[in-house]
Amino acid sequence: MTKEFKRNSGRKPEEMRTPIKAEVGIIPNADGSAMFQVGKTIAYASVFGPKKMHPQHLQNPAKGTLRCTYNMLSFSVNDRIRPGPSRRSTEISKITEWALEPVLMIDNYPNMVIDVHINIIQADAGTRCAGINAAAMALAHAGIPMKSIVSSVAAGKLDKTLVLDLDKYEDSEYDEGEGSTDIPMTFTPDGRLTHIQVDGKITGKQLKEAVELARKAAKEIYEVQKKALKEIGEE
Amino acid sequence: MTNERKIVIPGEIITTGEGNLPGEGTEKRGTDIIAIKFGLAEESNRLVRIIPLSGVYQPRRGNVVIGKVENVTFNGWIIDIDAPESAFLSLSEVPRYVNKDGLEEVMDIRDMVIAKIWGINKRGTDLSIKSRGLGKIDGGIIVKINSNKVPRVIGKEGSMINLIKDETGCDITVGQNGLIWIKSDKIENELYAKKAILFVTEKSFVSGLTDEVKKWFEEEKK
Repeated sequence: MTKEFKRNSGRKPEEMRTPIKAEVGIIPNADGSAMFQVGKTIAYASVFGPKKMHPQHLQNPAKGTLRCTYNMLSFSVNDRIRPGPSRRSTEISKITEWALEPVLMIDNYPNMVIDVHINIIQADAGTRCAGINAAAMALAHAGIPMKSIVSSVAAGKLDKTLVLDLDKYEDSEYDEGEGSTDIPMTFTPDGRLTHIQVDGKITGKQLKEAVELARKAAKEIYEVQKKALKEIGEE
Repeated sequence: MTNERKIVIPGEIITTGEGNLPGEGTEKRGTDIIAIKFGLAEESNRLVRIIPLSGVYQPRRGNVVIGKVENVTFNGWIIDIDAPESAFLSLSEVPRYVNKDGLEEVMDIRDMVIAKIWGINKRGTDLSIKSRGLGKIDGGIIVKINSNKVPRVIGKEGSMINLIKDETGCDITVGQNGLIWIKSDKIENELYAKKAILFVTEKSFVSGLTDEVKKWFEEEKK
């Protein structure tokens, strides 16, 4: 059954979109910045700080704070989206914070904040994953102490077949059989999860398989991120 | 003594083996020395540390910095040194008698000061102006550059900064936080020195930069 399965884009089930591109240091005014692209999805992340947290009542004297802001630009999709924060963007901002926090070592930055701004220039599903990938590189570029960087990728299920890196059509329009399930995940380089979400239906057994699939793909993304960071360092 | 340099990213193993010491920006996990910051890894005498290539200025003990007086309190001054947190210059770290009612007369808000970091603790960064060459800035211009490029502006054992000083006839003090004070009798010389410094920061990735700057000065003279 798996062999017969054909994806709308012509990809194999375990194939990610191409190209996968990453670039570091693209925003001169930021303390750290990076770009990440998978297929048609492009995310830009810029990091400011550590700096003093304002307003003062948000300061945490025990440890540093990470503050992410996810934003889709109005022209990032075919039908213009209304600019500004929305229910969806605030939720993804929070998820991004949770995905990145486990690797950050910001206990020594009391009363300070590290601001991460993620802007989606072009959206074709998988924007939160692209955003997290860009943010991880930008944080490293800003010289923030981290246990490691993280790599994010989505696995999913189309009808009964497990696939990798869903695109816009597969994510929101595919409706054959059991329909589609989207599972964005974030991994550390040693394969530990820092974030997982499930949108759709999936059995426990298949979920485990999907995690394994994504874990392998995250390794590939990690290599791309690593290369991009090393390139900027050579200059 | 080994002296090897390579670019590392957070989470990357720099070296393995017993006897290595984790320095700044690194961590020991088992027998591995692991990078926790992005930058250049440097090993010398078994001590492994990371030289940052980007990011905001992190104050270090002994650094000479240039800052701006942000506020005057009853026992000292709060100085903005372009770091995540403001620093404090205590009255007791001023090498002369100051009337407790007249702190503003010594340094007022918006004055610029050259100071040395003598202590960093949980409560903040403490400054001192007790050594030679430190104190309130009088005249001249301030140039702001990226703090990570300061070592290039200074050069090996001060070769670069001495070259610029000789060529322009200016008195230059480079703060580790990226603020540079240029002082001369003539404003033209100050602007000339500023131009030279900005040239250095633009070309900071070139090797043999001192020679390049020498050439640049010769071009400028024509």
